[in-house]
Amino acid sequence: MSDASHDNPHAPGPSLWPIGFAIGVACLLLGLVLSWIIAAIGAVLAVVFGLLWARDVTREVRGEVPEIEPETRAVADEAAAPAGPPAAAPLPTYTRSRFLEASTLGISAAIGAVVTLPVLGFMVLPSFTNLEEQEADLGPLENFPEGKYVIASYFALPGGGEVSRRTVFVRYNGLVENPANQGRQEPSFTILYSRCVHLGCPVQPNGPIDEAAKKNVNGVELRPVLAQSFGCPCHGGLYDAEGNRRAGPPVRSMDRAEYSIKHGRLILGPVYAVGNVSGTGANAMISRYPWSTPGTHVDGIEAWLYPIVPTQVTG
Amino acid sequence: MAKKSKRGTLVETAVLAPLDWVDERTAAVRGTKWFLFRNVPRDISWAQTLGSATLTAFIVQTLTGVILAMYYEPSSSINPTTGKPVAYSSIEAITNDLTLGWLVRGMHRWGASVFIILLFLHMGRVFLFGAYKYPRELTWITGVFILVTGMLLGFTGYLLPWDQTAYWATVVGINLNGTAPFLGPWLAQFLATGPEIGSETLAKWYSLHMLVLPGAIIGLIGVHIYLVTRLGVVSPPWSGERAGRERAEAAPTGARAGLVRGGTSGGGK
Repeated sequence: MSDASHDNPHAPGPSLWPIGFAIGVACLLLGLVLSWIIAAIGAVLAVVFGLLWARDVTREVRGEVPEIEPETRAVADEAAAPAGPPAAAPLPTYTRSRFLEASTLGISAAIGAVVTLPVLGFMVLPSFTNLEEQEADLGPLENFPEGKYVIASYFALPGGGEVSRRTVFVRYNGLVENPANQGRQEPSFTILYSRCVHLGCPVQPNGPIDEAAKKNVNGVELRPVLAQSFGCPCHGGLYDAEGNRRAGPPVRSMDRAEYSIKHGRLILGPVYAVGNVSGTGANAMISRYPWSTPGTHVDGIEAWLYPIVPTQVTG
Repeated sequence: MAKKSKRGTLVETAVLAPLDWVDERTAAVRGTKWFLFRNVPRDISWAQTLGSATLTAFIVQTLTGVILAMYYEPSSSINPTTGKPVAYSSIEAITNDLTLGWLVRGMHRWGASVFIILLFLHMGRVFLFGAYKYPRELTWITGVFILVTGMLLGFTGYLLPWDQTAYWATVVGINLNGTAPFLGPWLAQFLATGPEIGSETLAKWYSLHMLVLPGAIIGLIGVHIYLVTRLGVVSPPWSGERAGRERAEAAPTGARAGLVRGGTSGGGK
């Protein structure tokens, strides 16, 4: 049962590899915060030095004689190597059965790869390719009374069916001067995306919905609501009228949607993440970030401490 | 052996000869004996049956799941007659209209919880008894994979009724995965088949729930049970018996006695 030699452990000889390994790990951890390149370099260093270290430590166990390592050569090299001058010592034999074994395994692996890779690709890639979201047309501007929120629910993909239904809360902030456009008067909108930035549940406006004023414009359902705050039914997240978090687990302000106005109609653009909003309505100062998964910080120290990184996966 | 009666010889010819015929070609009888007729410690108790209980719960899930798959339709499109999604309508039909559908769906729905609870109880028993120690480490490790696969089965199965609870619980679950460092957002997008849950999501999760994950867990359970059979059951930690002790081979009695001709074929050892 118990081998006597196991009771006499002895320390391996001194080695410099652990230092390299430690540097690699430190680089990797720094890279998680600073940049992918440093992390990659750190990972490579850690793997290389870790392997060298493991090789050093296990030398005795593997029965390898240190220092006087005999030269060994992989089987494949033997076949590919050009015929050199005939060696005096008898060559290591390369039997037919070993060749057949290697070729059977190699051909099987090749066939397996040819069959498996496209199948795996088909499983994974459709989630990441050809995903153009259409711009949703929310209809004429007259449907949005000034200073009030309207619940607008629309189809993100025409033909996508009910499952592609999305909801935004739209508030018309009146006309404001746009300094970028020679100070022309332009309509301003606050458009909050209804998905909670905690874990994506449907945020509800906290106020009575005016069902009598409900409108349906080309499949877009518009319902005015008297709300100065928004709440999430799943885990109790609470937001104020500008979408700032007031209570509960959300980690940033409500996502907002870009918009444009074409031929007097309100057109929804892509959704972006918001760190914080100061001010209200047309004068709101929005700290804007690329869209990020719900539950992830976009600003502050947490965004640095928790390296989620990819702001948006390919769309 | 004592001289056999004529009746005994007849029984032997009628029952044992076909068994022998099969065993000679497949080793099935020896294999069954190896699998079932094992020595176990004298002081085992009901605690050691939790693994079998978990297996039973899993078999119930498999059978009810296969039958539910005959009636369930994983489609998120709207059924024009009911105005509800096809998947939800089929769940309603199973529960309310089809004979005994309520029972089989209930067995599957509650059995899922029973399976997970038994998994944890079994794991707790193994942990507290130290049954994960040498030489049973790999049994524990395969058990961990079974636990993970079982919970993935629960996660994917929860979406299938396609009601509000299922939908939003899955949104939350996908977004939870999305907050994992580095690979999280890609994992979430893979699970949702796009940035949000869409029409492909339900079919994908149905395929995961009834093809991919059951295949994986059945393979894992096979390895797990093979290891349990090979390595045997462990004594409780308070056992007074010495471990690794050889036990006197008792002559088979009761149900064991007649299965294989006495003394002719050895066990699986």
